[in-house]
Amino acid sequence: MTENLPVLEMRGITKRFATGTLANDAIDLDLRAREIHALLGENGAGKSTLMNILYGLLTPDAGEILIDGKPVAIRDPADAIARGIGMVHQHFMLVPVLTVAENVVLGQEITRGGQLLDMRAAERRIRELADRLGFSIDPHARVDQLSLGQQQRVEILKAIYRGARILVLDEPTAVLTPQETREIFGVLRRLREEGTSIIFISHKLDEVLEIADRITVIRRGKVVGTRTPAETNENELAELMVGRAVSLRVDRGKSHPVDVVLEVVGLRATDDRRHDVLQGVDLTVRAGEIVGVAGVGGNGQDELVECIVGLRKPTGGTLKLEGRDITRLSIDARRDLGIAYVPADRQRFGLVLPFSLPDNFVLTRYAERPYAGGLGGFVRQHSAIRGEATRLATEFDVRASSLDAAAATLSGGNQQKVVVAREFRHDLKTLILDQPTRGLDVGSVEFIHKQVIERRDAGVAVLLVSAELDEVLDLSDRILVMYRGRVVGSFAAAEAQREKVGLLMATGEARS
Amino acid sequence: MKDWRARLGPTWAVAQVPVYSIVLAFAIAAVVIIVSSAFTRTGFDPLLPFAAYARLLAGSFGSGNAIANTLVAAAPLMFGGLAVGLGLKAGLFNIGVAGQFLVGAFAAAATGASLATAPTIVAMPLAMLAGAAGGAVYGFIPGYLKARTGAHEVVTTIMLNSAAGLLLTWAVNDLVRAPGFSFPRTADIGQSALPFVGRNLHLGIVFAVAAIFLTRWLLDRTTLGFEIRTVGANPSAARYAGMRPVFITALTMTISGLLAGLAGAIQILGVTGFYAPGITATVGFDSIAVALLGRSDPIGILFAAILFGAFRAGAPLMQIETSVPIEVIDIIQALVILFLAADLIVRRVFRVRAPKVEITEMATVTGSWGGTPPTGAAR
Repeated sequence: MTENLPVLEMRGITKRFATGTLANDAIDLDLRAREIHALLGENGAGKSTLMNILYGLLTPDAGEILIDGKPVAIRDPADAIARGIGMVHQHFMLVPVLTVAENVVLGQEITRGGQLLDMRAAERRIRELADRLGFSIDPHARVDQLSLGQQQRVEILKAIYRGARILVLDEPTAVLTPQETREIFGVLRRLREEGTSIIFISHKLDEVLEIADRITVIRRGKVVGTRTPAETNENELAELMVGRAVSLRVDRGKSHPVDVVLEVVGLRATDDRRHDVLQGVDLTVRAGEIVGVAGVGGNGQDELVECIVGLRKPTGGTLKLEGRDITRLSIDARRDLGIAYVPADRQRFGLVLPFSLPDNFVLTRYAERPYAGGLGGFVRQHSAIRGEATRLATEFDVRASSLDAAAATLSGGNQQKVVVAREFRHDLKTLILDQPTRGLDVGSVEFIHKQVIERRDAGVAVLLVSAELDEVLDLSDRILVMYRGRVVGSFAAAEAQREKVGLLMATGEARS
Repeated sequence: MKDWRARLGPTWAVAQVPVYSIVLAFAIAAVVIIVSSAFTRTGFDPLLPFAAYARLLAGSFGSGNAIANTLVAAAPLMFGGLAVGLGLKAGLFNIGVAGQFLVGAFAAAATGASLATAPTIVAMPLAMLAGAAGGAVYGFIPGYLKARTGAHEVVTTIMLNSAAGLLLTWAVNDLVRAPGFSFPRTADIGQSALPFVGRNLHLGIVFAVAAIFLTRWLLDRTTLGFEIRTVGANPSAARYAGMRPVFITALTMTISGLLAGLAGAIQILGVTGFYAPGITATVGFDSIAVALLGRSDPIGILFAAILFGAFRAGAPLMQIETSVPIEVIDIIQALVILFLAADLIVRRVFRVRAPKVEITEMATVTGSWGGTPPTGAAR
């Protein structure tokens, strides 16, 4: 056998959903031995459908799957595992209260005398496996005490432990910090050397170019091209993905900041476990500028944002909006003064998924005129609400089957557009953006960035928090770095070099 | 005829599982009737279910009196069903309708008895108000406990149900026992009784139907209703939107208790005329079934309450004329709830596709014992 024989072939895979959507349209994909093959496409392009078919979670309408050249029928995940296919889902499938070892062996326990669990043997094997892959992990650690990056390694261990030769990773870097991403790439390269073939699903162009041997791009259920990193570049891949030329760089003019709008002085706060997470944060945002906050997740950014919008009570310090002390005001009162907020977790905070689009479009303004009136603002005004929803859906190009569709049925990009459309109102003073483009495809990111710049140029003070350093660097006029609950550095956009900011994020110190 | 389902559209999408559950429950109860007929005097009779169901129908809708009986039985279930349904909309499972019903009934009975000689136009509304207030107070307690301390409403309301029954038994025995009766009861309500609107149908049904439409209006058309639904569907988003989940939780339990109290009040003022320990204890739990069958939607609850009222009204005739025991009704009711909770069975049998968006009410009920975090509790 030569190295280049495909271990896996998917031929003419077609899947039409009951709703009529053609999710996969005669897709061909082949995976060679010892290859990292990236599957690139926008949200809803059909990547996940294809992988769910491979893993036996969906049945294709047409097409066949060949492993080592022989056609196979994969009816359920048990079939897939038996044939050496392992899957690491975007949302981890781990039992939080069990240990690493318990999670890894779950369903494939080693037993002594037929009945007794032999955890020692399992732990030994897990240590060996982790050593081979080039990382260390404590098999006794409880999964809920691990970082997301470590949890992902547990998922990979689990798949390899079950004998996976073909490993599918669904958006593995979506939740990781830049450091963790680099580490996981090391693990994947080691796996490749060990003989595992890997399908890497992503919509991040730079990562795909860095890690993949070949890249297959899918758009609207069809394969639109396969490239090697050497023969392509970010612009071509983006164009293949979206179907038109996309500007990857944010196109923005100079900012013209004027008066200070938002002022944070000596802010202190604790997290849900009452640990001090903000230890005296000072920052100001002026009208007409975008201030970006960079930092590795968990350094107090979330709490900072929650304090500013009123979701969390600070334990010290003051917040001012246009000179007025707002520290003790409620969420409503702050919103009335012109603070808008796009939360990091749109499904948990930004939307009520079972509700229709109009109800979601007015979620934060439901009690205001003209959406409520009569009996002292007690009665909702459906025609005004629908009118606003129609206007926003058109202006922000929200694509849904109908206005009455539940928000849950929208794609991630369209869900985020609903939140953004609602918060980007006209009488805005300051805009707080927490991970505004997390998990979105290139087209939606471009659109939302444009809208943010537009608001800035209209004189809004924008505070942007993002775990994507590139987003902060591209969009911000000033960049602050947060480390362990403090602002440890401040850069003007022109002097913020990626390395300098990255080092400060990682260590909290500026020396190299 | 082919596309009648399509024409009913969204209504049918919500109603199909409840409707199919009823069909399936009747079918299985028919098997029970047939099998059990083999052990009776009359002997094995495969056609017995048809006869039994025909008498059930006759006894519930076959005459003016039958319909009146059905509606009299349905009225408290409408109030009770609304009480449970409103709670479910806010993500609360109020099992305490039984207790709130009793407190409302007692308050209405005691007030009604003390105003027995006053004119109806004054006495009846005051007795109704007392019932509503009693239920509201008894609903506020678990609501407050949940909002302030996070105590799960299922646990507290179960406890409060027992407390209500025993306290009121003591109260009737030692505080307000009417003289001259062989058993403990309150004095007659006299002029406080609900007037009849025709045959044996009392005014309570008018109040109940009004409550259905008022609750529907509250949920669909008011900002409070929007707050209740948002807190129920996503308490985090509610907080983000500037609502106060803690306050909404306590308020919803209070309104829920108020509705349950009214169920008790119309039962006293329209049917029994006095409070005695042990009266119509089934209403509290049948209300849960009615709310689930009605999918927590007020109009759904209207139909579900009429169905359950029809069971209660028609069952005696079925037993008298076909010897099929009244308990068959309990079997049917239990099966309906079983199929609603395990809707996968119904979906398999009738090939109904699962909804895209999860129905939150049943999740509230089935999740109540699964250790879901207290949704309304403050951070």
